[in-house]
Amino acid sequence: MSIGTRSTILHLGLIALLFVLAFVLPSYHQGNLARIMVLATYAIGYNVLFGYTGLLSLGHAMFFGAGMYGLGLAMQYGGLGVIPAFAVALICAAVLSAVVALLALRTIGVAFMIVTLMFAQAGYLTVLYFGAWTRGDEGFVIAQSARQIAGLDLTAPTTRYLAALLLFSAALLITARMMQVSFGSVLIGVRENEERTRMLGYDVFRHKLAAVIISGTISGAAGAGYAVLFGYVGATFTSVQYSIFPLLWVLLGGAGTTIGPLVGTLFMFYLIDYSSGLTNAYMLIAGVVLVLLTLFARAGLVGEIRKRWVA
Amino acid sequence: MTPKLMTNRRSVLKGAAAGGLLAAAPLAARFASAQSSAPIKIGFQQHSTGIGAAYGRWYGRTTEAAVKMINDAGGINGRPVEIVAEDDGTDPKRGAEVLEKFANQSGCDVAFGTLFSHVVIGSAPAAGELKLPYFVVSEGHHVASGMLNRYTLQPGITDVKSQVQAMAPYVSENLGKKVTMIYPDFAFGHDHRDYFSAAIKEQGGEVLEMIAIPPTETSFTKYFPKIPRDTEVIYHVMVGPAVLTFVKELGEFFGPSRPEIFGFIDSLEAVDLASPGLEFLEGTYFWEGNPRYAQEDQTSHDKMFREAVGVDANGASVSDPKDVSTYAHMFGCWETLHVIKAGMEAAGYQGPEDRAKLIEAVEAMTDMPQSDAHPQGPKRFNGKTHQVFGVQYISKVEEGKLVKVHTTSIEDTLYPDEVDYTSMSF
Repeated sequence: MSIGTRSTILHLGLIALLFVLAFVLPSYHQGNLARIMVLATYAIGYNVLFGYTGLLSLGHAMFFGAGMYGLGLAMQYGGLGVIPAFAVALICAAVLSAVVALLALRTIGVAFMIVTLMFAQAGYLTVLYFGAWTRGDEGFVIAQSARQIAGLDLTAPTTRYLAALLLFSAALLITARMMQVSFGSVLIGVRENEERTRMLGYDVFRHKLAAVIISGTISGAAGAGYAVLFGYVGATFTSVQYSIFPLLWVLLGGAGTTIGPLVGTLFMFYLIDYSSGLTNAYMLIAGVVLVLLTLFARAGLVGEIRKRWVA
Repeated sequence: MTPKLMTNRRSVLKGAAAGGLLAAAPLAARFASAQSSAPIKIGFQQHSTGIGAAYGRWYGRTTEAAVKMINDAGGINGRPVEIVAEDDGTDPKRGAEVLEKFANQSGCDVAFGTLFSHVVIGSAPAAGELKLPYFVVSEGHHVASGMLNRYTLQPGITDVKSQVQAMAPYVSENLGKKVTMIYPDFAFGHDHRDYFSAAIKEQGGEVLEMIAIPPTETSFTKYFPKIPRDTEVIYHVMVGPAVLTFVKELGEFFGPSRPEIFGFIDSLEAVDLASPGLEFLEGTYFWEGNPRYAQEDQTSHDKMFREAVGVDANGASVSDPKDVSTYAHMFGCWETLHVIKAGMEAAGYQGPEDRAKLIEAVEAMTDMPQSDAHPQGPKRFNGKTHQVFGVQYISKVEEGKLVKVHTTSIEDTLYPDEVDYTSMSF
């Protein structure tokens, strides 16, 4: 069996498993998993840039926020339905990521991290600055009655779960396919040795530009998904901690693996959920676990499994 | 010998069991009238970590004291109350997750206790979808503005719009009519800017300048030259750790001759007024939701409330005078829990199937006289807007303590309804 076939079976199997879980999980865990799939979509977007292309961004919250506000403002003030508003969100995220990429890709390494961080901070302050429309740090609610597609109520738990699964599956399959074609191989080439890739005749800048746009747009799709499925749009999601989260999720799950982002998000979510029931110092527990994982599973959970048992 | 020993041991065990039953008898009798003796579970969305942690700590202590009082008096409908506290990290995403946990995992009957507006607004959609009554203690205008849903109520603390507009008559009559406002450039500051500037205009005053301070600012000196020279009153609502710097730099800017200064105590909740740099506040005025220092005319209700929560006459913890409370806000938890109790008893609440009845029972509430259940003062609940209204206090800093100089009427705080939640379906 070829690697491509194996990976296709793995991805389709995962989607099938998540589909079945919609009908067997208790309502609390069903709700959690819906949330986790939306956030994992964000992590998948981040993974395109960090895991595959080797570019560490500290500003992805601005892309998540572009999608969230693109959809939220289009619904709130433009009166658009969910699908057209979602399209607006994707356009917002794609345009923002293209602009940021054109400027930030003039830098590399630490400078790239700082430039993306600064852009994200500018994005956060922009949301606060236009508080008359965005309601600043408080944010606003998308009415329950507006969160419907052709009569399907996205606030009903199972429908919401399936919508989150659709979003997650689309992101997973797009990135998985992307990594099977030559475009993905070039991204890995850029990650491993940018100079050599350039010498082989590939246009490194254009590939990196495309990677930022794809990464930013998927992150924006996750932001829009979060807004429409959970009904809230707020500046917190554009703050620096929401740029750090996807980095953590991807590192935990395994950078450069397709299902690593889901595993990392799932692990982190339940780690916090359970440890917060034990102590208020749950971030300490999360921190210790992260340190241990960094020491003993450097490739992340999925990365270690692949390294030790699959490869 | 052995059989005798066995008998003795058995009799000791029997005696112990009987003694245990006897000891538990008052408890059993107290909760006996309930159809179910299972506890009423109240999910407490607590800001234990994050920016709201100081508030969360005191909201926690107040909640604990209120629940003890309610349980000592027989609980709700004869059932004991159990608090299920969960940290939301003062984060709207986690806030919504916590509500789901209350409803679907912990089996809570209602949720309560959220302060920060962004967490309330982020969590309220989940409350509406889960059909979980959500009693917030936030003082945000979000509930009364109509932004939220029928399951979200604020019956234990007044909102910022009513607080701010009730200040305007006193400020214009006693401090001056030409006001310069200094506020943080985010939603909380914008609420003050919008509501106060409208209210002072109605009183015949005017706002000369509005100085918005960006949230990332750590030094304020460069903003003070913008204060017009003919300013009679400075109105400030700076919050967060930078407030000490703000006050110190304002003092250095004005020196001994300054205009009147009026602020919201939100700036200095959980902060000791004796902190270095705050000397400049002497002689300035503050809004207080509930006077931090025990006043000369202290009511028996405030005395009881202070003792129950463990707060001394200076508004600090009885066990640590440096641990200053969030006295202007935390009574909201106490009063909200008593409203939940009254609502559940009026609705004959038995379980989650009665949640809609509970909401209707609270919506039917109107006047709540000052009492041990409402120690801050009398209240008037508006069932249509799900918002309570009540008296506000203005205090002056004298010899490093806040002394009450004015109490508003409830009428000062009222404004036209902006929503009718009762017309929304469950």
